[in-house]
Amino acid sequence: MHLILYDDKKMNPAKLLILLILLFTPLLSREIRVRPDGEVSTLNAALQLADDGDRIVIDGGVYREAVVVEKSVEIIGLNHPLFDGEGQRQIFIIRAAGVSIRGLTFRNCGISFIEDRSAILIDGAQDCTVENNRFLDNFFAVYLAKSAGARIINNVIRGQAASETSSGNGVHAWYCKDITITGNTISGHRDGIYFEFVQNGLVEKNHSEGNLRYGLHFMFSDRCRYLDNTFRQNGAGVAVMYTKNVEMHHNRFEENWGSAAFGLLLKDITDSEIRSNLFLGNSIGIYAENSNRLEISGNDFLENGWAVKIMSNSMDNHFSGNNFIANSFDVATNSRHNFSRFEKNFWSGYRGYDLDRDGYGDVPFHPVRLFSMMVAQNPPALVMMRSLLVDLLDLAESVFPLLTPETLVDEKPLMRRRP
Amino acid sequence: MNTTTVRIIKFEFSDVLRSKWVLIYGLFFFLLTETLFRFGGTSARVMLSLSNVVLIIVPLICIVYGTIYLYNAREFMELMLAQPLRRRSLFGGLYSGLVIPLNLSFLVGVGLPFLLHGVERTAHLQAFSMLLLAGVFLTLIFIALAFLISTAYEDKMKGLGIAILSWLLFSVAYDGVMLSLIYRFSDYPLEKAVIALTLLNPVDLARTLLLMQLDIAALMGYTGAVFELFFGSIMGAAISLAALSLWVICPMWLGLRQFRRKDF
Repeated sequence: MHLILYDDKKMNPAKLLILLILLFTPLLSREIRVRPDGEVSTLNAALQLADDGDRIVIDGGVYREAVVVEKSVEIIGLNHPLFDGEGQRQIFIIRAAGVSIRGLTFRNCGISFIEDRSAILIDGAQDCTVENNRFLDNFFAVYLAKSAGARIINNVIRGQAASETSSGNGVHAWYCKDITITGNTISGHRDGIYFEFVQNGLVEKNHSEGNLRYGLHFMFSDRCRYLDNTFRQNGAGVAVMYTKNVEMHHNRFEENWGSAAFGLLLKDITDSEIRSNLFLGNSIGIYAENSNRLEISGNDFLENGWAVKIMSNSMDNHFSGNNFIANSFDVATNSRHNFSRFEKNFWSGYRGYDLDRDGYGDVPFHPVRLFSMMVAQNPPALVMMRSLLVDLLDLAESVFPLLTPETLVDEKPLMRRRP
Repeated sequence: MNTTTVRIIKFEFSDVLRSKWVLIYGLFFFLLTETLFRFGGTSARVMLSLSNVVLIIVPLICIVYGTIYLYNAREFMELMLAQPLRRRSLFGGLYSGLVIPLNLSFLVGVGLPFLLHGVERTAHLQAFSMLLLAGVFLTLIFIALAFLISTAYEDKMKGLGIAILSWLLFSVAYDGVMLSLIYRFSDYPLEKAVIALTLLNPVDLARTLLLMQLDIAALMGYTGAVFELFFGSIMGAAISLAALSLWVICPMWLGLRQFRRKDF
């Protein structure tokens, strides 16, 4: 049975022998089988029998029990065993270190307005793993509280959130350290992934789509890294707040539409890097408020309403080597003062020339149009976009800037789009 | 449509093609689109630039060319009216004989580069068809206006002046009035009034329909998304289409009325 589990195709006789010896060595962990019609028919019974280090294999079946794991065991599902909360209970609580849970399905833990009810709550336990599980229609799916070293890998998490108040988050982490969230697909929750007071988190290759509020939402979570994730069509995009030392690389932010929807909302973010991301078709690509010392480079901003909205309380940000292509507005701001630097970006709206052929335009580019200031003051004016009159006004303003920030300028715009 | 009209259309068609202006018109769109593709790259970017051209250049060329064309066809008209045929047939034939080749060369000139290069996302296909539709309607409308102007004024120079003035009115002056209204009454909920104002100007209407395709992300950023609600709905689309059609029919009808009474 074990051999099938490990699925090792290159098993030769020598390895087999070693494995068999290992398996039957009493020093090594026992294995307890749970089947609906077997000797042990509930997980709770199995947990009673188990010691630290044991493995519990659940073979098929539907289980309607609330489980508290207080021993360091490995729980593995075969043939898709289902834990059904029937809309009325917290399903798993994990309180022991090193617990791993693989191959289970969790369904319908039910909405609670009193507790943060979830399919799996990891409560103060170290180094737990939740891998290859499915979570269907839960309030919170995976809830991490005061846990270090947790790994949430390759799970499918689907909710049916109807309103923000009656729904929970896909992966919720509170007061955690060194956690890894990789390869999960999350949809239909309030926030896809939510971090609060998390340090050294790694969020990688996740797909967060169609969540009610944010695809990813984090606050007070320093030194976290977000790589290769996709955030699509979430109610309000991605929000990151009150955080230092964040790295966001190679993520895709797509089609977050709405009056308060952002590809990426930055509020009180400092000393962070946003590199090589794609912002495609969002109402606002990046919205930055009170965010300082950000390095924003090598990103592609394609077909957004506003590629970048930067408030004048943001300082010392550096935008370089980005592609701004076919956005309705490239940059908008709320003041004539600007404390951020734009250089060596490609702007598809640039009309300049390059006589000395060094690859940079000889005329500086002013990415803030007069019209974007007008729309900020008077939103219905938006309907005048692409009118000849508006283009003429923009042209006049770009020759003699009176209302747009003079210092928000790209002195060396790229002539060709960065590949 | 009777056989006389068809014959006149055929004759006008070959006449217009012979004058080569229509070919140059098509070639202009082809070269422009092709250049935009070669320098700009993405199909979204090309469509943004093209939409500006379609909204500005197509009305201007159509109204000027249409006016001159009808003045120049004066002798032909006098000759034809000496024959036993209805004035309506002649007027309709002249109009169709000009509008069909112009639209064909526009469609080919813009369409060919898109066929060659393709679009990047399927969402762009819809935007592209809207661009073509807007171009076709603006041609129909501004040629109709040109016919109205040149039947109304005997004097060529006066007619041409009025033609250019009316282009300015539709493309720039109207937007100026609209913008100042939006500012003047910014304390009031203006959305419905703005939509109504848009329907009254064919250039603005075409522009808004293009905006719905090209700048949907920005428009969705506007609180309430009223424009999306109106122009995105089937009702809104029907109303816009009806408004555009009215802008073809009304000038044509007025023009025909004058043409019938006119003493050549």
